Amino acid sequence: MSTLDSKVPGGPLKDKWTTYKDKIDLVNPANKRKIDIIVIGTGLAGGSASATLAEQGYNVKAFCYQDSPRRAHSIAAQGGINAAKNYQGDGDSNYRLFYDTVKGGDYRSREANVYRLAEVSSNIIDQCVAQGVPFARDYGGLLDNRSFGGVLVSRTFYAKGQTGQQLLLGAYSAMNRQIARGKIEMYNRHEMLDIVKVDGKARGIIARNLITGELERHSAHAVVIASGGYGNLYFLSTNAMGSNVTAAWKTHKKGAYFANPCFTQIHPTCIPRSGDYQSKLTLMSESLRNDGRIWVPAKLEDVKAIREGKKKPTDLSEDERDYYLERRYPAFGNLVPRDVASRAAKERCDAGFGVNKTGEAVYLDFKSAIERYGKEQAKIHNEENASAQRIYDLGKDIVEAKYGNLFQMYEKIVDEDPYKTPMMIYPATHYTMGGLWVDYNLMTTVKGCYAIGEANFSDHGANRLGASALMQGLADGYFVLPYTIGDYLSHDIRTGAIPTDTTAFEEAENSVKDTLDKLVNTGGTKAVDYFHKKLGNIIWNKVGMSRNETGLKEAIAEIQELRADFWKNVRVPGGTHEVNRELEKAGRVADFLELGELFAKDALTREESCGGHFREESVEIDGPQKGEAKRDDENYTFVSAWEYKGLPSDAVLHKEELKYENIELKQRSYK
Amino acid sequence: MNLTLKIWRQKDAKSPGKMVTYPISNIEGHMSFLEMMDILNDELIEKGEEPVAFDHDCREGICGMCSMYINGEAHGPDRRVTTCQLHMRMFKDGETIHIEPFRANSFPVVKDLMVDRGAFDRIQQAGGYISVNTSGNTQDANSLPIPKADADLAMDAATCIGCGACVATCKNSSAMLFVSAKVSQYALLPQGQVEAKDRVINMVNQMDIEGFGNCTNTGACEVECPKGISLDNIARMNRELIKAKA
Ligand SMILES: Cc1cc2nc3c(=O)[nH]c(=O)nc-3n(C[C@H](O)[C@H](O)[C@H](O)COP(=O)(O)OP(=O)(O)OC[C@H]3O[C@@H](n4cnc5c(N)ncnc54)[C@H](O)[C@@H]3O)c2cc1C
Ligand code: SF4
Ligand code: FES
Repeated sequence: MSTLDSKVPGGPLKDKWTTYKDKIDLVNPANKRKIDIIVIGTGLAGGSASATLAEQGYNVKAFCYQDSPRRAHSIAAQGGINAAKNYQGDGDSNYRLFYDTVKGGDYRSREANVYRLAEVSSNIIDQCVAQGVPFARDYGGLLDNRSFGGVLVSRTFYAKGQTGQQLLLGAYSAMNRQIARGKIEMYNRHEMLDIVKVDGKARGIIARNLITGELERHSAHAVVIASGGYGNLYFLSTNAMGSNVTAAWKTHKKGAYFANPCFTQIHPTCIPRSGDYQSKLTLMSESLRNDGRIWVPAKLEDVKAIREGKKKPTDLSEDERDYYLERRYPAFGNLVPRDVASRAAKERCDAGFGVNKTGEAVYLDFKSAIERYGKEQAKIHNEENASAQRIYDLGKDIVEAKYGNLFQMYEKIVDEDPYKTPMMIYPATHYTMGGLWVDYNLMTTVKGCYAIGEANFSDHGANRLGASALMQGLADGYFVLPYTIGDYLSHDIRTGAIPTDTTAFEEAENSVKDTLDKLVNTGGTKAVDYFHKKLGNIIWNKVGMSRNETGLKEAIAEIQELRADFWKNVRVPGGTHEVNRELEKAGRVADFLELGELFAKDALTREESCGGHFREESVEIDGPQKGEAKRDDENYTFVSAWEYKGLPSDAVLHKEELKYENIELKQRSYK
Repeated sequence: MNLTLKIWRQKDAKSPGKMVTYPISNIEGHMSFLEMMDILNDELIEKGEEPVAFDHDCREGICGMCSMYINGEAHGPDRRVTTCQLHMRMFKDGETIHIEPFRANSFPVVKDLMVDRGAFDRIQQAGGYISVNTSGNTQDANSLPIPKADADLAMDAATCIGCGACVATCKNSSAMLFVSAKVSQYALLPQGQVEAKDRVINMVNQMDIEGFGNCTNTGACEVECPKGISLDNIARMNRELIKAKA
């Protein structure tokens, strides 16, 4: 086992980034014109990076599998983006945002990266406003904020329930300006299927044109992977149908270490599944926990009555309800971090208190909020004797203004009016903290290959706090990578254009071609989804919200078997040289079948509970924290970085020891 | 529910297409329209036939990728939803459902139900942005207060998902609702005013180059738009254009 060099600069935490920027090598404007950069992905991370690098003068080639860069999955983010602006004067600061993020991540992230993230967070808001992003404002015309889980300040900026959409359209507009100038060449409906290395450096990719099926060679001086997260490993998740691990996985297979694969976020507030045909799960933004109260009936007989349709949730009086988060965590209540909230929901449902037919749902109730806002409004409007109905109406207006689109989405899916009856929610896979290992420069262990946004592992440790993925994606793309990549490329100004008619490109193209041919010629009989659903089931049941040694070992064996079955029995109709959606899916599922095993192996190796990774063997036995997750700092304060060696079972573990110089490691208590 | 589907099948942009009939059974009301299509496709694959190609990604009404013309309506019979948010409870047992791609000369069919909406990107590239570089030195976000009413209207316009239902619905295949939503967002905000004139002229110009039809104020786009983009935006864009050309 080797130790990994994170290349964190020396000096005090607060000065690291500034000093680093002052000292790095720069590329002069004339030379930037001679340098090409490939960016895989046009989400917040890839979109912001492409635009900024092109503004600086580099030639950017950007790729996405959708028909337009504007449709990357960042578009779906709802709740908001954090920044340490302290506009509310509630004591926020860069340090506090840094501290909250490290603590929220259960002390498994790298201090220097997180501090830098907090430091540039304010710039993001300024930049986005300058681009015309219509953030929510108060009546004074200033920016409004809301709170998210795991923190005690209000630092989340938002644009109704469509924050990701508005931020992405901002980055997209910045890209459009550069596309118009010819500085970004945009490749829509293209999928990267391999990375090409020349003399140990990333020098290009093989991409499939998803319309013609043609394989294309693209070269560059550096390659940036911004391909998002791999939550679709679970089949059902809140990710888009096309979200995948392929770009990251192919890079891993070419030498990039994969870090903390098992660190996944299961989000507490999603619409429960309704049947086997279900193709994806829909998130109800965490912002709802600002005003919604989570509960299940206190008595099992009420649960039964509700399931049988004999009682409605609204029939239950206050003392017949168990607001279990408020009960267990009085300090943070409904705003505990996501991993804690999810496990608590699972605990209640496992104990038989789930409120829907499948027994996998809890209530998220807005009754108190509607009443509270209604009373407040009545006061503002000087209506001292407002009737209960009037108070309800006034309160409903406020809730509608805040969350209207989410309530509408809920109603369309579930066919129930959430203003009248509490929402039903259950945890679902949402985000992957793990990803390609990167150093302080965001470079992977492949020289010249960078990973940004959800595709890397860097900032969220074992659990991500709400509204911090958008922040990280834009921090990486607008403010970090454009500096760090320049330092690397300053040594490449004499290289000249990279030719693609070389053996390295030819070999990569041939191996991609072989895989595609194999997929359309297996002669099997089962659709790709059959395998994907099976894989999802294994992962959800055995590597989901809680994990144990026996289950993990079974999962590994089952995935190996499923993978073999897939390559024998999958059926992909059609050919490789045409639009072939099944072929696209098959390639992605093939990679998930490999990642899945490493994922379980990583979970097996980490014999502690931390953040979203809960090992049943590692819980507090007694004391005030009884039953809560137990971290093992003595043995596991490290990042697991896996090296590819052929089969996932042969992957080799490397450790990056995490040093905490500015924060004291403590048990995470939200009590 | 048992249903009869009549679906547009077209091998690629160059080949002619035709409607093909598929019976489908055991469909539940809680299924989304696309989940029903998934079931059909899995059945086709198991029979060794080619599945129906259609665009989709987020499946929650925000990416703007899904684009079907169902029983003569863009995104189907429900209001304020995209195809991916449409649920089978909107249909009756025994019903025949016609499923076609979005049709417009500027949106050529790629395969089956997939179309090419690249024209929308090119219109945005013609001016749908504010020219500001990323520097880290932009002014503090709160140094420019914006009246809440204006910010809210800008947000309403900005929620357009670029799906193209407005174009598919319009008898003239006009893209006015889409273009005016973007123009309005910027027209309502103080940022980027210095380039407002060029923006509207260039975007409208590109819209014409792409071959979208003229607006004759039928209002069909507003009815079918899944995001409720208002016709007021078209009026605002016309004002902006007149101002810019004056
Ligand atoms: C429903 C939902 C709500 C969320 N809400 C919030 C929130 O409120 N606040 C918050 O901070 N975070 C939120 N998140 C998390 C956050 O949205 C994501 O982590 C973040 O947007 C990821 O951005 P990204 O740029 O890394 O990747 P993405 O936006 O996923 O972009 C990936 C890009 O890579 C491209 N790509 C992928 N593979 C390939 C390939 N092989 N070849 C070519 N291109 C490829 C895709 O086309 C796409 O352009 C939410 C996530 C979800 C799912
Ligand atoms: S205006 Fe409405 S219908 Fe037209 S592209 Fe935008 S969201 Fe779609
Ligand atoms: S699939 Fe994204 S809007 Fe329908």
